[in-house]
Amino acid sequence: MNFPILSVISFIPIGTALILFLLPGDRKNLIRWVALAAAFTCFTLSVLAYFSYDQDVGGYQFEEGPFPWVGALGISYHVGVDGMNLPLVLLTGIVIFTGVLISWGVDDRPREFFAFLFILATGVFGVFISLDLFQLFFFYEIAVFPMYLLIAIWGWKATREYAAMKLTLYLFIGSVIALVGALAMVFAADMQTFDMIALQEAGFSTAFQRFWFPFVFFGFAVLGGIFPVHNWSPDGHVAAPTAVSMFHAGVLMKLGAFAALRVGIMLMPEGARMWAPLILVLATVNVVYGALIAMVQRDFKYVIGFSSVSHMGLVMLGFATLNLRGLTGAGLQMFSHGVMTALFFAVVGMVYDRAHTREIPKLGGISRVMPLVAVAFIVGGLVSMGMPGFSGFIAEFPIFMGLWQREPIVAIIAALGIVITASYIMRIISRVFFGKIPVEFEGKISSINNFDRIALVLLAGILILIGVYPSIIAPLVESGANAVWALLGGA
Amino acid sequence: MAFASFESAHIIIVLPEILLLGLAGLILLLDCFWRERHRRILGWVSAGGLLLTIILAILLSRPEIDGDPILIFGGMLRHDWLGFTFKLIFLFAAAVTSMLSLDMEDLAKRGEYFALMLVAAFGMCLMAAASDLIILLLAIETTSIPLYILAGFMKADDKSTEAGIKYFLFGALTSAVMLYGFSLLFGFSGETNVYRLAAMVRVGDFSPWILLGTALLVLVGFGFKVSVVPFHFWSPDVYEGAPTPITAFISTASKAAGFALLLRVMLTTFPTIEAYWTTIFAVLAAATMTIGNLLAIPQKNIKRLLAYSSIAHAGYALIGLVALSSFGAASIVFYLLGYVITNLAAFAIVIVFSQSAGTEQIADYAGLSRRSPGLALALMVALLSLAGMPPLVGFVAKFYVFAAAVQSGWIWLAIVGVLNAIIGLYYYMTILKVVYLYRSDDEQVSVDISRPAAVALVVCSMLIIGIGTISGPWLDLVVEAAKVLF
Amino acid sequence: MDFIQDHLLSMILFSPTIAALLIFLLPRERVKWIRWGATLASLIPLGLAVWLWFAYDSSASGFQFVERAVWYEAIGSSYFLGVDGISVTMVLLTTLLTPLSLLISWNISDRVRTFMALFLLLESGMLGVFLSLDLLLFFVFWEVGLIPMYFLINQWGSANREYASFKFLIYTMAGSLGLLLAIQLIGVTAGTFDLLEIATKWTALDQPLQLLGLPILLSTSTVKTIAFWAFVIAFAIKVPIWPFHTWLPDAHTEAPTGGSMILAGVLLKLGAYGFLRLVLPLYPVEAKQFAVVLGLLGTLAIVLGAFASWGQKDFKRLVAYSSVNHMGFVVLGIAAAAFVQDGSQDAVIALNGAVLQMFNHGLSAAGMFLLVGVIYERTHSRDLDTYGGLFPLAPIYGGILTFTAMASLGLPGLNGFVSEFLVVRGSWPILTLFTAISMIGLLITGAYILKAVMKVLHGPLNEKWVDHPLEINRREILAIAPLMALMLWIGVWPGWILRVINDTILHLFG
Repeated sequence: MNFPILSVISFIPIGTALILFLLPGDRKNLIRWVALAAAFTCFTLSVLAYFSYDQDVGGYQFEEGPFPWVGALGISYHVGVDGMNLPLVLLTGIVIFTGVLISWGVDDRPREFFAFLFILATGVFGVFISLDLFQLFFFYEIAVFPMYLLIAIWGWKATREYAAMKLTLYLFIGSVIALVGALAMVFAADMQTFDMIALQEAGFSTAFQRFWFPFVFFGFAVLGGIFPVHNWSPDGHVAAPTAVSMFHAGVLMKLGAFAALRVGIMLMPEGARMWAPLILVLATVNVVYGALIAMVQRDFKYVIGFSSVSHMGLVMLGFATLNLRGLTGAGLQMFSHGVMTALFFAVVGMVYDRAHTREIPKLGGISRVMPLVAVAFIVGGLVSMGMPGFSGFIAEFPIFMGLWQREPIVAIIAALGIVITASYIMRIISRVFFGKIPVEFEGKISSINNFDRIALVLLAGILILIGVYPSIIAPLVESGANAVWALLGGA
Repeated sequence: MAFASFESAHIIIVLPEILLLGLAGLILLLDCFWRERHRRILGWVSAGGLLLTIILAILLSRPEIDGDPILIFGGMLRHDWLGFTFKLIFLFAAAVTSMLSLDMEDLAKRGEYFALMLVAAFGMCLMAAASDLIILLLAIETTSIPLYILAGFMKADDKSTEAGIKYFLFGALTSAVMLYGFSLLFGFSGETNVYRLAAMVRVGDFSPWILLGTALLVLVGFGFKVSVVPFHFWSPDVYEGAPTPITAFISTASKAAGFALLLRVMLTTFPTIEAYWTTIFAVLAAATMTIGNLLAIPQKNIKRLLAYSSIAHAGYALIGLVALSSFGAASIVFYLLGYVITNLAAFAIVIVFSQSAGTEQIADYAGLSRRSPGLALALMVALLSLAGMPPLVGFVAKFYVFAAAVQSGWIWLAIVGVLNAIIGLYYYMTILKVVYLYRSDDEQVSVDISRPAAVALVVCSMLIIGIGTISGPWLDLVVEAAKVLF
Repeated sequence: MDFIQDHLLSMILFSPTIAALLIFLLPRERVKWIRWGATLASLIPLGLAVWLWFAYDSSASGFQFVERAVWYEAIGSSYFLGVDGISVTMVLLTTLLTPLSLLISWNISDRVRTFMALFLLLESGMLGVFLSLDLLLFFVFWEVGLIPMYFLINQWGSANREYASFKFLIYTMAGSLGLLLAIQLIGVTAGTFDLLEIATKWTALDQPLQLLGLPILLSTSTVKTIAFWAFVIAFAIKVPIWPFHTWLPDAHTEAPTGGSMILAGVLLKLGAYGFLRLVLPLYPVEAKQFAVVLGLLGTLAIVLGAFASWGQKDFKRLVAYSSVNHMGFVVLGIAAAAFVQDGSQDAVIALNGAVLQMFNHGLSAAGMFLLVGVIYERTHSRDLDTYGGLFPLAPIYGGILTFTAMASLGLPGLNGFVSEFLVVRGSWPILTLFTAISMIGLLITGAYILKAVMKVLHGPLNEKWVDHPLEINRREILAIAPLMALMLWIGVWPGWILRVINDTILHLFG
């Protein structure tokens, strides 16, 4: 189709943000409906794009550009989707839609809230579809900054300022280091272009790649939550308001991992080969250590925050296998975990809004007053544990298969993460959702509204759908992974 | 390049300068006649005149595209894209400063104020085009002396007086050292024309250490203008004490003028000892960025914070010089372009706020986002541009500068630069935090924004976003400008 | 008709799931509708399974009613179903026990809708294991069945249910972990999860694999042995084989009656089925190597399980341990067959006995738990000492209990005898010592069964219960009647089922 669907999806959010800034701040309901309409449009378009992708042809589709942007340097506006980033575009559409639904109750300056959220969304979309290095950084930074305001202003009072500053600084340090690496690549290639597809043919020397790969990969992997630069994430997750946490864990961390793949692995495969063992080690620590820390948390949201760190470790394990199965699994895990963690945070938000506490010992019996919420959380929990029948299993399995092909002992150690995850998930489910309702909550916990229901059903439904019918996503991701694998020298 | 003899066509080339002087005279004249009634008119006349000058300059005084630069007036001035670009920057800064000064009673009703500013602008235009040591010195002094006076303009205010004196003393001292350096250069070559001097120096086979020493002497003067470490000590006090529109002018136009000098003189006169002075500059740039950023963190007064931030920005721009490439020079010019617009916007907001709320303390900005969402948004745009966030011009500017560094192999400097950008982000975000997060008791009191200030802010904000997003044509312009240096 | 013929297995597999989803559409207050609806819905898979039984041609070798569809091509796994004699028997057992368990669970009054739906989902999970011919699909259904069971115990169980359900879940999942890793390894090496292909590829594998990332090259046989044990442990936990049985007494005891019936009746068979379908075909060499160990463990299960039962005071726990005891025979039979692997008549007989024992124990264990549930419902106690002399108060119940207990004990004429005899007859020439020792177990079995019956029904009448209504009601009789009928029929004329089993065993292992 000639319709520039990708650019439209990317720019609707920021366009809406501008419109919102023009609306008077006290017309709160109007603001909310405008935001919802925009989010829904993005969601529908992303679904449309997803199902219109022609898998037989493969490669980059819906390509726009390259349109010269800064001709003197060879910077252009160039977008396109393939099997790896199209699911992520869809994921962003899903999360922005459900995020707006869940945020219906934000009452303090909703105009600014939704405007910043949409600026964030544009940044995220922009990065995923970028095929030009400058453009990628351009949108990357647009995606990171609004987090600061969103967390600092609307977040949890106890830690929001600290968490927001820590998060923003960490993420920027990572991205600027990656920037230096990217610039080095552009100038070493001497092709007068920033276009990533062109740079794939650049033929960097092995020594060059080995030196610069860590700059780029680890710079972006900071946003992916790699150990030991992951500890911005739990604080950030917990301090953020619900929709922002959904975005943060569900989409933003995937941004980092994806950029690490796109700019690091795909452009410097030799470098990736050399550094893969280190990535394997660090990611394994993510998986196991993240799960262990999650297990001992008292605050419900911190459990989920650390569980995100653990699951992103799996994504990076998948990358580090550098083989087709592992890469496919990583791509699937990015999508599955994204939806799952959005679901988790939505649930946490609903519980917290009503119970005003997140301490696990103080909660109980939620399933009696919010049954759908409980079921949604259980679905998410099962995905998190990698229970077959759900998307988590579908995603984790190829990662492990990839690990077996590369470094079997890692597979065995990482599997421990699954067991630990199962135990803390079941613990939360039984403590928070079942059992008796504590006296202080009786009669005070209201039911959720219809928007919340739509969001929960959509998110949970997707997780089950993929678990039962993986063909709806696996072949697409595999074709994208194939492209990466080809760059790594695989046939 | 051709050493054209005096031709009447050259008058057109210096039309902007002539208009500036004419405008200054006009204002002094009007000031005599109009007295109290039409005070604000002076400012509008100044701004309008400057705008007219810009338009005429673009229409009539442009250099040829891809043409050779020419030396005019017996080799005193050089007419090329570099000079022209800087000229436009200075005129723009002066126009905005005029508009911002309209609301400050003490300044706007004095005709001398605008006249001095226009003379300073005139001096800067000469600085950008100067190609002879003598005219260089004259231009520097023509710029500086009005600025000394303007800094101390508010005689009743102790801080302002202190600022003026301090500025004067520092400036005079550094000028003297620089003049000594110029005299040595003359001694080596027997020439005052910068280009002929450069040729003689090359041929003359001087010891690199002597040349380096001379370069350092000259650097003292330039460094002062640009406020690079260790010649930056005057900045915070002068910026804080001077009337804010003048602070805006000094921090933007004057600094840009200093860079114009640096570019021309260093790259033309001292190419033989490039290896030495680039290393020195690299160290200076790193030190400037770091010290500027670190010292900005504990500041409680926004003008002082912006002063230290300006010092840091000089450091970023200097990286482009170290890169020693055409692209590097282009990136400096672009950086200055973006920086000037952004800093003007930032100071505009400071002016508006201090007029309305009477304070320059950062803590008093609390709740601004509720009092005046538009002003808060403008502040966010300006600060984020200073921090280097897309889609604002500051991001692109930093990107180009760091790209130039990486391209020339100065990896460590690029890394220091990017890390410093983070430090900068920290304190800019802290201000935004105060504005957006903190509450205050007088949230219902809205902030008065006068029309000229609003116009200035809107124009600057649009440019910040516009140049940041569509930076291609602007980069082409500065690349053209930089070409003349290599 | 053709559609049903072509998709019979999928229909059997998914009709409970669809029923579960439909149940959720019913309003939660209409408890009667929900109960009737669920129970009637569960008769559909039963009907289809009976049809399957008759349509199945036992003389033909290979799998029948095969269905194949694309599922997860990216890793080589497909939706692949099929039945042979063993699985057809198990499907029949599962679809039979589910409606009966649901019928028994009509006394549940708290969140009936969720209970019924979970039960039906559980049925789909179990059926999936029996019908899968794709290793990954097998694993998926294996794990999927755990969650409904967890919730059934956790939400509707008795006093210690939290602990019991958690232990059940974590124990089984931990055991499955090794299974998962081994399956991944097999998938990677064979390039597919198709069981038929794996059976040839995996057994033929003889290149050394570099495992554990260590510079040492582990030999193929070592790798296979490790994988073998991974499989064995996972299944051993499920069966359960001593010493991996400790989750069972708690889970069985704390589960609600219907849950216990299905847990003992079907879930345990999943483990044994895993041995037959996966361990023996994929690891013939290792199975032979370690058959003695398995045999030993089976014997221990028989003997120690019996002693443990004998020592119980809690009626339900007694029945729970009896499962360990009975399943021990299954293991013994399999171990014997694994040990010789020559398709000799003894091995075939032993295997026949094992499979039949799976079916029989399903019937008798379900029956016993049903009856325990009946008496618990009325007396709110499972302590054997609180009963006494209840026969005159509940004669019908007493008769049924005696009958079922006898079947459990292995009285000739009833089904238990047939299968146990076959196992002993087949294992005696092969693992003589173990078989001999397990006779002790048989002896003690008699002891504990009689103890239970005695304590409940005979002896001095416990005054407490005189005016209590204790008699079994019609619904419960209806629930146990099919079980009793089958117990008798198989005991008297086992041919109809043994023929199917035997043909398959001859094809597979003969």
